[in-house]
Amino acid sequence: MKQEKEHIVLKIENLSIGYSSKKSKTVVASNINIKFKKGELIGLVGANGIGKSTLLRTLTKVQEPLKGDISIKNLYLKDYTPLDLAKTLSLVLTESVASKNLSVFELIALGRQPYTNWIGNLSKEDIKITKNAISQVKIEHLKHKKCLELSDGQLQNVMIARALAQDTDLIILDEPTTHLDMYHKAYVLKLLQRLAKDTGKTILFSSHEIDLAIQLCDSIIVMTENNVIMDEPCNLISKGVFQKLFPKDLIAFDATTGSFKVKK
Amino acid sequence: MQKNNSYRLSFAILVVILLICFFANISLGSVSIPTRDIFNSLIGSPVENESWKHIIQNYRLPKGITAIIVGSGLGISGLLMQTLFRNPLAGPFVLGISSGASLGVALVILGSSIFGGVLASLFISQWGLVLGASFGSFLVLLAVLVVSVKVRDTMAILIIGLMFASITSAIVSVLSYFGSAEQLKQYIFWGFGSLGNLSWTDLQILILLYVIGILISIRSIKSLNTLLLGENYAKSLGLNIKHSRFIIIIATSLLAGSITAFTGPIAFIGLAIPHITRQVFNTSNHTVLLPAVFFTGAIVMLICDSISQLPNSDFTLPINAITALVGAPVIIWLLVKKRKMIF
Repeated sequence: MKQEKEHIVLKIENLSIGYSSKKSKTVVASNINIKFKKGELIGLVGANGIGKSTLLRTLTKVQEPLKGDISIKNLYLKDYTPLDLAKTLSLVLTESVASKNLSVFELIALGRQPYTNWIGNLSKEDIKITKNAISQVKIEHLKHKKCLELSDGQLQNVMIARALAQDTDLIILDEPTTHLDMYHKAYVLKLLQRLAKDTGKTILFSSHEIDLAIQLCDSIIVMTENNVIMDEPCNLISKGVFQKLFPKDLIAFDATTGSFKVKK
Repeated sequence: MQKNNSYRLSFAILVVILLICFFANISLGSVSIPTRDIFNSLIGSPVENESWKHIIQNYRLPKGITAIIVGSGLGISGLLMQTLFRNPLAGPFVLGISSGASLGVALVILGSSIFGGVLASLFISQWGLVLGASFGSFLVLLAVLVVSVKVRDTMAILIIGLMFASITSAIVSVLSYFGSAEQLKQYIFWGFGSLGNLSWTDLQILILLYVIGILISIRSIKSLNTLLLGENYAKSLGLNIKHSRFIIIIATSLLAGSITAFTGPIAFIGLAIPHITRQVFNTSNHTVLLPAVFFTGAIVMLICDSISQLPNSDFTLPINAITALVGAPVIIWLLVKKRKMIF
């Protein structure tokens, strides 16, 4: 029992998410109870507008939960200072970086910001960790290029390396596969799987690539209108969760292949 | 590591160019003075002609120092704003800071008749101008910032900055309608821009404000670098966005406001210098860019000032015209040649 407890990186209890203003309260999803283990690759899937982004925003402390608790490494999320959170949780967002004139190395080294001194000088340790992140994502050949010279797929790998350089237990990626072709979608998710295994970091990503997520993830969080379930992909398939994901008029989930088919 | 060495070489070259430009700037003027005597008056040795010494020590030397402060200060404030607003077109002029300063000065010069008496003499002093200009630029920048929080589109922010500039220039027009001819003349001459009107006392005030502005800018290097990733990434790296934004704006309005107050609005330096520097250094890292902009700005301003002197003639062209003639083509060249402006 004790052994298992130590491996829990993030714990969500009775969480309700949504928006509240003075007058009204909009609940997007409620009664969420999930746990992330160390070194797990977790996919977050659900239809458009179901609240994936709201959940991610709540987990990353961009917005307040309506109810319930989130704790990372046995400390409540609300008790984290911005700097401590930056050392525990790193992000890969859908927006592109503001300045594409940065070199790849400079951009990845910016991941070391929470650890550097007042002027942001990189210590030997920082450079070592940055180089390590570059080699883990296998982008040594891009090191001296400017970000504006990169393709979308290369840039996504660079952003993942930046999150690695931030050296956090938890990495959260918001739709890391958008704008990528089929090969690079698979490449990025395969990379995340390898990183979770090699580095022991817990990686959560939201995605619409359900078939890829089923093949690569250790667990998947499925958001439907009624509930939020987290389980291993094969269990989710046997429970028939994916069938309830979308309206039934156009596409249907095929349990034998683990993918969606268009109805003829 | 090799990269650091190449930067060191570039900086060494810039220091040498700066010294040459500074000396050339002091040597050139309506009165031609032998080089040996210039050197002697700088180090305080006896000079053949006492009036030469006076020209060098009380006119050309403060003007040269002012040029360095103006070029580097406006360049750095432009750099801060381009990073803060994530927009390569941001600069003290485009965002209406200079118009804010103009409004402040217009209120002080033209409005002094409204207040009258003792207050007028207090307002019209150099301190009154400085306070007016700094306060005006700070207010406009604050207004632009408040709008920028609500409007995320950077193009819209720039247009709003231009609108603020229109509003302030409209108020200035109204004020000048009621001002006396003498006051109007004083305001218009301020608007031409001039580096040569500063006494040593003025210069001390300017240097004090400038040094504070530069120190705050240096303190902001880390947050500026973080902001290169965009605000959401910066936040995820533990940066307090609101706080750093405020600090950066204080630094900008101190630099741009105090410089504009003493020398009048100087066009295009704030916008063009960071871009020229990026062409030379090809980096976005503020640890390198900030000192590089300092040197480039100072050098360009010294050259512009030397040109405006029209060496060996009695004429002095408005410095504002020279900087615009140098700065605007640079921006056009960047847009045409590079297709886009990077920052």
